[in-house]
Amino acid sequence: MSLLEETNAAGGTPVVTPAPGPAGPDVIRSAKPLSRGRLIWRRLTQTSRFWVGAIAIAVILLWAVLGPLLYPYNATGRDPLNMGLGPTQLHWFGTNNIGQDLYAQTLVGLQKSIVIGLIAGPLGTLIAAVVGSVAGYMGGVVDRVLVWCINLLLVLPSFILLVILSPLFKGLSWVFLTIFIAGFSWMIMAQVVRSQTKSLRDRDFVKAARYMGVPMPTILGRHIIPNIASLLIIDATLGVVASILAETGLSYFGFGIRAPDVSLGTLLAEGTSAAVTRPWLFVFPAGVLILTLFAVSLIGDALRDAVDPTSGVNRD
Amino acid sequence: MTDLVSAQGPSTPARTGAPLLEVTDLSVTFPQRGGPDVNAVRGISYQVHKGEFLGIVGESGSGKSVSSLALMGLLPSSARVTGSIRFGGRSLLDLNDRQLSGIRGREISMIFQDPLSALTPVYTVGDQIAEALLLHDSALGKRAAQARAVELLKIVGIPAPERRAKAFPHEFSGGMRQRAMIAMSIANDPQLIIADEPTTALDVTIQAQILEVLEKAKELTGAAVVLITHDLGVVAGHADRIAVMYAGKLVENGTTTEVFAAPHMPYTIGLLRSVPNMQTAGTERLVPLEGRPPSLTALPRGCPFAARCPIAIDVCRETEPGLLVHGLTLPDDLPDDLAAEHVADHVSACHRSDEIASGLLTRADVFPRPAPLAVQHSRARAEAEPVLSVTGLVRHFPLTKGGVFSRQIGTVRAVDGVSFSIQAGQTLGLVGESGCGKSTTILEILEMTRPQAGRILIDGKDVSGLGRAELLRLRKDVQIVFQDPMAALDPRLPIGDIIGEPLTVHGVKPDARQGRVAELLDLVGLDPQMADRYPHEFSGGQRQRIGIARALATNPRLVVLDEPVSALDVSIQAGVINLLEDLKEKLNLSYLFVAHDLAIVRQIADTVAVMYLGRIVEYGPVAEVFARPRHPYTQALISAAPIPDPVIERSRKRVLLEGDLPSPTEQIDGCNFRSRCPLYTLLADADKALCETVDPALRSHGQVETACHHVERNDLAISASLAGREDELAP
Repeated sequence: MSLLEETNAAGGTPVVTPAPGPAGPDVIRSAKPLSRGRLIWRRLTQTSRFWVGAIAIAVILLWAVLGPLLYPYNATGRDPLNMGLGPTQLHWFGTNNIGQDLYAQTLVGLQKSIVIGLIAGPLGTLIAAVVGSVAGYMGGVVDRVLVWCINLLLVLPSFILLVILSPLFKGLSWVFLTIFIAGFSWMIMAQVVRSQTKSLRDRDFVKAARYMGVPMPTILGRHIIPNIASLLIIDATLGVVASILAETGLSYFGFGIRAPDVSLGTLLAEGTSAAVTRPWLFVFPAGVLILTLFAVSLIGDALRDAVDPTSGVNRD
Repeated sequence: MTDLVSAQGPSTPARTGAPLLEVTDLSVTFPQRGGPDVNAVRGISYQVHKGEFLGIVGESGSGKSVSSLALMGLLPSSARVTGSIRFGGRSLLDLNDRQLSGIRGREISMIFQDPLSALTPVYTVGDQIAEALLLHDSALGKRAAQARAVELLKIVGIPAPERRAKAFPHEFSGGMRQRAMIAMSIANDPQLIIADEPTTALDVTIQAQILEVLEKAKELTGAAVVLITHDLGVVAGHADRIAVMYAGKLVENGTTTEVFAAPHMPYTIGLLRSVPNMQTAGTERLVPLEGRPPSLTALPRGCPFAARCPIAIDVCRETEPGLLVHGLTLPDDLPDDLAAEHVADHVSACHRSDEIASGLLTRADVFPRPAPLAVQHSRARAEAEPVLSVTGLVRHFPLTKGGVFSRQIGTVRAVDGVSFSIQAGQTLGLVGESGCGKSTTILEILEMTRPQAGRILIDGKDVSGLGRAELLRLRKDVQIVFQDPMAALDPRLPIGDIIGEPLTVHGVKPDARQGRVAELLDLVGLDPQMADRYPHEFSGGQRQRIGIARALATNPRLVVLDEPVSALDVSIQAGVINLLEDLKEKLNLSYLFVAHDLAIVRQIADTVAVMYLGRIVEYGPVAEVFARPRHPYTQALISAAPIPDPVIERSRKRVLLEGDLPSPTEQIDGCNFRSRCPLYTLLADADKALCETVDPALRSHGQVETACHHVERNDLAISASLAGREDELAP
């Protein structure tokens, strides 16, 4: 049975047999074996969720990049004639009470939020991969110290920490916010990577490499990380969602992006007070935020189902 | 029990009257989403009579388990089952699950391969057996059921059954769990017991015990037994009849004696010839049965075995042969009526069975024994400096308890003073049950760090005092081949990169690396064009060859082989063993061969070291140790290993071990084998005292070193076990 699981785990056989008997790995095989990457890609592209998410995110990205170029107003300029107006043909999303165009602001905010998400999500995963695999592989004192650090960061309330540190951030750009978000989002994944590495470390092919004298960084890069790559890709994708949410949350409370920079979070913060009286100030940025998160989540979900044959829809 | 001592023919019960179980044209198909169907079983027919012992033999994926699950009605609902299964006059396929539940456990019971997952971990063993009883007999009281459960545990040989019935499954060892499973299966006096690879997960010594218990269970209940296994040795000694399965079909069916003595189907012949035999091993080369079974999703036209069959002719590739009676191969002195019955019993599916049966094609014609390699390095050419020398190696693991303030509560003595050496061009076989410290020993050697105690010398250099660069150079000389060829190869790398990996460490340029990889692939009998494929595209045997190629990349002097064939199908083992022998001759390699299969060790090793609880108990030339084992443990190991020959298997003298391997955490005074030693129980009190107080050291007895105080009395155990058996026979 272990042989069967092995083959399935390696994604080698596209034909997955639930029955115990006929499932000799030597026997069941498609005419042309697919590589794991191709197999995942095929399963990914077969799900409609992936396409919905992918097309939506592509449209949103294009919109965020090209939108401002095709629109006559910019995010900071004021239109003194149209202050606090609802959506019109002139100002598609309306204006705020000092006459700034909300459509332009939403697009700029979206850009910022997406950029922060796209950097912070994968960055967090990268830190998790490095710390987790080193801790899991080396074990001993290194492991204990790193796990201690992970636990410490987990118990520190990152939000309060940021509130305390926020005066320091004042003069710094959004880049530091991005790094901060990444720096507080990797711990749980690092734990997962660490435990995965620990089990991989005892696998024979890793042992073989060690007995050959392959140095540790090479083993991590060649054997460990590629074997948990699917996990990391999913984490990075879902990390984008988490990072955008974290950024908006912080900015909403005034600890993240500050004027004159705009992000979806600051727009929401400005708009909430007017959510009942002038709903467009709140509804449009919120809608764009939800759409973006939803699209990325769809891709992340589809990716997880494609990679992990035992998750969600794959279970009968 | 009779079968063990009487060498006179099979004790086949009379096959008269209606059969107990009649399977006719049974087919099982698993439909696949978005793919071709898997034809797991394709029209098999067989019968089992009352009290008969049928062995179903086949490689993994041959459909042997699926066919048995079908008759228990335990297949997943997606499976399509056709044909008929008649049991005691009822058609099982027509019954619904509720009706089947009444039959399952009461009339047909099943013993599974993995005893750990077959028992529920949250109930006591006694409760689970009682539950089996109460399910089918509601009149039985709770207390009576418990009492019966204890009785059953006693029958299957569990010591202190009253106490053990209250234990949970995790407190049982593997062998004891399997005994409990047998107890449960005979609880309701079934008419048929199906045992699906009941001993595959167990050690040889435990396997022998379990087979004895199964035999006993069969005798007590009078039930028929269907034993599913891949090991011909297991069926040889116990089964009355053998059915051989290949690619979802029965290809040969007959009495055990018939099938072993005169197989008619080339696949059976190949299987029989490929198994290393303890009697002949080491003197001649194994006969490989190359290739692999066809895919069950896309079966070729004609005979499914044709691609691997050395005597396939045109008709084999056109039409699939049916299961027919072929030829007469009976002793002349058999009465005619009996003979006729026997002949009708032996059927095989091959177009050329007639030729084989009539003796036109002998077994040697079908599968000729490969000629030994021309380059014969003299085995005795021992160099002064051993390649590997281990002296007094110790590896103890502290056993700790508590999280923050952990304290040591004991020591696991995994390796406890082991010494051996390997000369250039020689093979040392390291043998023992699982948990005896074999693996820890080789890991200690390969880690190349300072051992807790003792010395490891590789090429005369002490590994503990070496610097980084020297260590790396030394690593070139020692390589390893792992047991599981699936786990040993990184699934994310093409095999070219896998094989070339050791070379990257030593700074070989990519161009030179590619050339070397092609050379290595060729050396292990694979196509060099395959270098850019991934491991999952290869079969188990091929993967093991890739593992061997990787080990040879740096031109090592010593290769550590950690059970290199035990994860492979029997038919493939021979090919890999032959390859290892060839490579050793060609490249003058030394092997440290770790195994639990004694026949394979006998085949390939020059010297053998038998390990028990972290110690070597017997160490010497392989021929001498196997011919005249001096330590009672070695005797037990050798006699427990099944031999695929019913005549020898039934007439052998056996030394059965009691119980399981003690926990290595126990501190045992004196001889640590005492608790299971068959010799110890026979000794006089004064001699026993010696075993209880003094730990025996390895002492020379001729060419062999043995760690036993009473070597000169070692034949006592064998004769005693024989006498005991004869006592049982006497009514």
